[in-house]
Amino acid sequence: MTESVKPSTPQTNAEAGDSETPVVVMDSPLALLAELTHRCPFQCPYCSNPLQLEAAGQELDTATWCRVMDEAVEMGMHQVHFSGGEPTLRKDLEELVGHATKAGLYSNLITAGGTLLDESRVQSMAKLGLEHVQLSFDDIDEKNADYISGYKGGHKTKLNIAKWVRDAGMPLTINAVCHRQNIHHLEEFIQLAVDFGADRLEVAQVQYYGWALKNRAAFITTPQQLDEATATVEAARERLKGTLVIDYVIPDYYAKRPKVCMGGWARRFMNINPVGLALPCHAAEVIPDLEFDSVKDHNLAWIWENSKSFNEFRGTAWMPEPCRSCDRKELDWGGCRCQAFALTGEAANADPACDLSPFHEKIFRMAAAEALKPPPEFIYRRMGAEFNTPY
Amino acid sequence: MTDRVLIDEDSIPKFPVHVKLRFNKQREQWVVLAPERLLVPDETSLEILQHCDGEVSVSGIVDVLAEKYDAPHETIGKDVIELLQGLADKGFIVT
Repeated sequence: MTESVKPSTPQTNAEAGDSETPVVVMDSPLALLAELTHRCPFQCPYCSNPLQLEAAGQELDTATWCRVMDEAVEMGMHQVHFSGGEPTLRKDLEELVGHATKAGLYSNLITAGGTLLDESRVQSMAKLGLEHVQLSFDDIDEKNADYISGYKGGHKTKLNIAKWVRDAGMPLTINAVCHRQNIHHLEEFIQLAVDFGADRLEVAQVQYYGWALKNRAAFITTPQQLDEATATVEAARERLKGTLVIDYVIPDYYAKRPKVCMGGWARRFMNINPVGLALPCHAAEVIPDLEFDSVKDHNLAWIWENSKSFNEFRGTAWMPEPCRSCDRKELDWGGCRCQAFALTGEAANADPACDLSPFHEKIFRMAAAEALKPPPEFIYRRMGAEFNTPY
Repeated sequence: MTDRVLIDEDSIPKFPVHVKLRFNKQREQWVVLAPERLLVPDETSLEILQHCDGEVSVSGIVDVLAEKYDAPHETIGKDVIELLQGLADKGFIVT
């Protein structure tokens, strides 16, 4: 039995070409990430959305999203994740969920909550075949949670939604977004998931893309805090074995090897942004000079095979050293392109999360130093926000 | 809080509502779909999973396989319980 979220068989076929320019063997993607909107009532400063948010008027319509899902099924995709922004701001969410079920896609709602997701909508989506809800929390302390998300009353909406999801018989994943301003509540976060009868808890330390990168100094933990959190998670996993699955994401900056970002560039997922651009990952727009294609102009299969942005970093032929000669290159696929660009200025460089990257040591020290200083004010995620510091 | 699901010969295993064993026509492949997880069962695992219908006990599943493969009940039983316990711990199987 193989679990496909882990890296499996190499996708390059060296025998078909020479070893310097391997032929890329393209598998179909497994899942569609449907970013229905960038609108959101929350203003979480750790949001991974791009700094340039798309306006409501530009969003894809219902019919186009339905066609995109049909094309995903045709390609053999298994799952659709409805995300955003806050996907429940779309009034046609129920229709899209129903369409996913009819088309044969296993559907997942990734929500932060808010008042638009009420009990009747939760029940209605459960009836329409929604398989799973992932709900993120900013903290277990209401005041701090609302301060972090910039939405007074936001935490209460999450508590209600968690209950309604369980009442409707749907499995629930609690996503605990952890960082220096709430990591001391990790034990209580775990208890929250247990109390709600959640099936899964994701303890996700903030990853630094988009808005989160702007706010990194406000969020990054010290290596010591990270070690304590790791010990807490490990103890809880043992204690709760068989009753609660805990996924744990550590900040890249303190890792030794990079994460297998998106399961490898253009290997597992297609991300469609609110206006219909197909992205190899949700943060890909930060990389300059990548050419994205729109689902308005092409079908998904064409994009998967032909879109320049998908082919740019697919496989291993694009890799410079130290990735090129690394025996892990088909395990982690060089890590994250967006992070490589953000921190080294070159998207093709090794992800500096890897300690084989010449940038690793500097970045580790920079992060650890930031974590010791008092946290700066948040730059909240807002449409049309302006910045002084270029990243 | 729920207790850990322990699998033994008397357990009657099944998939929880949100876990689906499905055949993907385009790929001609059986998959187990779960929240943000996807398993591709090998031939042996698939045969076991196809019997997890909430009606047959582990012992019953083992009997079927023992007869089909002409192998001792104990040997197959150990493998089946190990597989199902592993899946139960990850939330893919309930009783």
